[in-house]
Amino acid sequence: MSVTERQQAVRIEGLTVAYRRRGQLLRVLDDVSFSIGAGEAYGLVGESGCGKTTVAMSLMRYLPDNAVVESGRVMFGDEDVLTASATTLSGWRGDRMAMVYQDPGTALNPSIKVGEQIAEVYRFHKGMNRSDALAAAVHMLETVQISAPDRVVRRYPHELSGGQQQRIMFAMALATDPDLLVLDEPTTGLDATVEAEVLDLVEQLRTQFDASILFVSHNLGIVSRMCERVGVLYAGRLIEEGPAIDLFREPRHPYTLALLRCMPRMGMRKDVDRLDPIPGSLPPIGVDIAGCVYADRCPIARDRCRAEPPPIEPIAPGHGARCFYHEEVPGIPVLTRPPDEAAAATADGVLLKVDDLVKAYGSAGNQVFAVAGVDIEVGRGEVLGLVGESGSGKTSLAKCIVGLLDPSGGAIEFDAADVTSHRRGREARRRLQMVFQNPDNALNPSHSVRTILRRSLQLLAGVRGKDRQDALMDDLARSVRLEPRHLDVRPSALSGGLKQRVAIARSFAGSPSLVLCDEPTSALDVSVQAAILNLLVDLQRREGVSYVFISHDLAVVRYVSDRIAVMYLGQIVDVGPADAVFEAPHHPYTEALLSAIPTLEPGGKARMKLHGTLPSPSDPPSGCRFHTRCPRFLGDVCVNEEPPWQSTTDGERYRCHIPPEELARLQAEAEPTAREPDPAP
Amino acid sequence: MSAVDEPSVAGEFPDGAAAQVDVRRLRRQRRAELFAALRTSKTFLVGMLILIFWVVSALGWRWLVRSPQAVDTAATLASPSADHWFGTDNLGRDVFARVIAGAAPVLTVAPLATLLGLAGGTTLGLVTGYYRGWIDDIFSRIVDALLAFPLIILSVLVLASLGRSPRNVILVIGIIFTPLIARTVRSAVLVEREREYVAAARLRGERGPRIMVAEILPNITAPILVEATIRLGYAIFAAATLAFLGLGIQDPSPDWGLAIANGRAYLQIAWWMVLFPAAALATLVVGVNLVADGLRRAIEE
Repeated sequence: MSVTERQQAVRIEGLTVAYRRRGQLLRVLDDVSFSIGAGEAYGLVGESGCGKTTVAMSLMRYLPDNAVVESGRVMFGDEDVLTASATTLSGWRGDRMAMVYQDPGTALNPSIKVGEQIAEVYRFHKGMNRSDALAAAVHMLETVQISAPDRVVRRYPHELSGGQQQRIMFAMALATDPDLLVLDEPTTGLDATVEAEVLDLVEQLRTQFDASILFVSHNLGIVSRMCERVGVLYAGRLIEEGPAIDLFREPRHPYTLALLRCMPRMGMRKDVDRLDPIPGSLPPIGVDIAGCVYADRCPIARDRCRAEPPPIEPIAPGHGARCFYHEEVPGIPVLTRPPDEAAAATADGVLLKVDDLVKAYGSAGNQVFAVAGVDIEVGRGEVLGLVGESGSGKTSLAKCIVGLLDPSGGAIEFDAADVTSHRRGREARRRLQMVFQNPDNALNPSHSVRTILRRSLQLLAGVRGKDRQDALMDDLARSVRLEPRHLDVRPSALSGGLKQRVAIARSFAGSPSLVLCDEPTSALDVSVQAAILNLLVDLQRREGVSYVFISHDLAVVRYVSDRIAVMYLGQIVDVGPADAVFEAPHHPYTEALLSAIPTLEPGGKARMKLHGTLPSPSDPPSGCRFHTRCPRFLGDVCVNEEPPWQSTTDGERYRCHIPPEELARLQAEAEPTAREPDPAP
Repeated sequence: MSAVDEPSVAGEFPDGAAAQVDVRRLRRQRRAELFAALRTSKTFLVGMLILIFWVVSALGWRWLVRSPQAVDTAATLASPSADHWFGTDNLGRDVFARVIAGAAPVLTVAPLATLLGLAGGTTLGLVTGYYRGWIDDIFSRIVDALLAFPLIILSVLVLASLGRSPRNVILVIGIIFTPLIARTVRSAVLVEREREYVAAARLRGERGPRIMVAEILPNITAPILVEATIRLGYAIFAAATLAFLGLGIQDPSPDWGLAIANGRAYLQIAWWMVLFPAAALATLVVGVNLVADGLRRAIEE
């Protein structure tokens, strides 16, 4: 898959970019070179802060004002984008090169109808008149598979769902049939099922348009699926590049290998496998590093690595890695030991019992039911995974349980005591805690870590007196692997992973019995996620605590959970032991969620499509709430009758009109109808 | 941009020496950044210069200029000259001395009134923003009603009934400022209260007053500080207006508003009696606004 000189659509040569900040130049890209062939999709992966977006912006010359290109060229055809005149550039942008951004909600103008926004591209670049341009826009919307395009053109962006908005963005980007399409994390803000749809769309569009694509993402799975070649960025340097399959099957840079190893893969379980996190963290932006940028975190680094920067060592045609010792990489052992045998928590007795819980927002007559009758039980020492798209009511449910919201109906029983209201005693509060999604938000920026933990010890553990608090604080900090030096700083001085450790320590201050973890790792980079998941699993085993673990990442949920509940529009539709839920027969919605996971294995199985978008919880569909999108829709019975609970032989219960035996048969049939032939092994 | 190493899960920490330095440096840097931004802001520096000039005048006029009350009967309504730089007024008092000394009453009344409004407004804003509900509804209606009412008429009414004294001027301006500042504080609180650290505080059982004062207040000092400097500018203007109307500070104080009011009758023959106090007032208000503007921009950065 080597790209010859002639076929190159874009060539980046030695790109070095710095940002000026308070008179200092902080280098974010250092000598980055790669090329994208005509019609090729090139994936650029890396963690936050590694310079991915700066590369994408350089390609379009959309760099912010304080960016300084220190050296390098971005060759588009035979002209340098970085030195092209403003008129040339504005002719190119939107015509020969186009970009799709991460957040379609802010990239579209909220006060102009989407049809006109697309038509504008035709009018500006193709010189069409108003009505022709609008007709072309409608046609383009058909191409990006929007249903009823002639109605959608008259809508404003806020009237469309996130997935539809992103389709509009694609329509605008592709309107002029560009030579280069830059996709900057195009699916990051979207739900898993919508993300899968958008990715399918990109794949289909690639057969119709022959644009070269730069696909920027932090998600290795997506990139491996979408791209032919992949580059891995680390601290502003391209550290490995090669064909997607080679790179993921046999990575030759220690960082690429570590990235692949630290992600929980589907089917990994906490009691069998341990995640392998990357020690250390990214070097701060703008720091001058003499040798290899990864040397500090690398298990095979030697003195030479710290002294001189490694060149790109060729491995195979088109595959290279910036590592002196790349031959040793496949032999790097897994860092962490398997989990301890001891203290395998067993569930005995029910700890939390939620009975027909309802949470409605708004006033009478105009109510939105975020939680519409949920029954769940959590056993002692058990981890219940809670899965569902955004808007399914997961967080509202968690907040009711923990006492941040008062439910509108139903009952919550915790260890045989009623905790339905948020007015509960200290004891209940101590034993029921929560870890929030975003540690930046969840820690008071004005307080030092010590103050944060001291307050929790005082109020939750009831420890008075500074000396006793300090003594306990050291233990608490050690239990989440914080060092004493981390105690006296404010949260802003800590990395995301360390912040989340502080948040976890805080919730464990009073030795809780049940901790609600609301997407505790989704704001973190994958390399940090592994360490936090390991910590949560360790704590759970040691303290025998129960979790309700909310996440949109099914692999993560499966890894940590003993049982899993799937939520859809405020109701539980599928619940049971983790393995049972993930295996057929399961609720068609669970099936769709599972099918939406982008895998690292190239050439996976056919994706199951969900029709339409999540209906509004203010006006839920009749009968089965899922019938409007269900791929296994039966007919009137789904529209008119609420589905019964069905039980499978492996202890799973789901809400559907299709009985388990038949569902098992249907779902077995739907197995691999391969989308394309498997690439060479 | 993480500054600290992530400890490895096996519990072995990577060498922390370098990271330690990083943490300290970052903390210092954060604090220094605001000052650095202010030092390079021309707006802020010019405003500060003007403000310092008037503060020095207000504190040191006793030693800097001749007595503002000294009457030179030989030279009434004298035009500006080497002896009387800004001329003299109808009683033969030196206008320059009175302008310099006139900073004192203004810079007493206005900051105290602002402080009063700040104290009341912050308390009210925290309570209404944090608790919402009926407290908030009632407060909002009162503010709406108050804002529909010309403020100057309100103060005239109050001062007419309470009596004219600097103390009452401070009280009136402070009370009028309270709901205005409260609105700004309230909107900042509304943003902060939705952040998860507030939820976390409630989860560990903190009480409302403590959440407001210890959790939320430290995180909204920036908008409060900016609001306070903006209000100070208004307070100076309001104090001068009330003095001009004869409702505030009384003769023989060298207050600028008063001086402008007195000079009005002589405008045809002695323009200096009005021009110089008016110019002084204008520079002070502009200076305070420049400081407010510079501060706001530095904080927003």
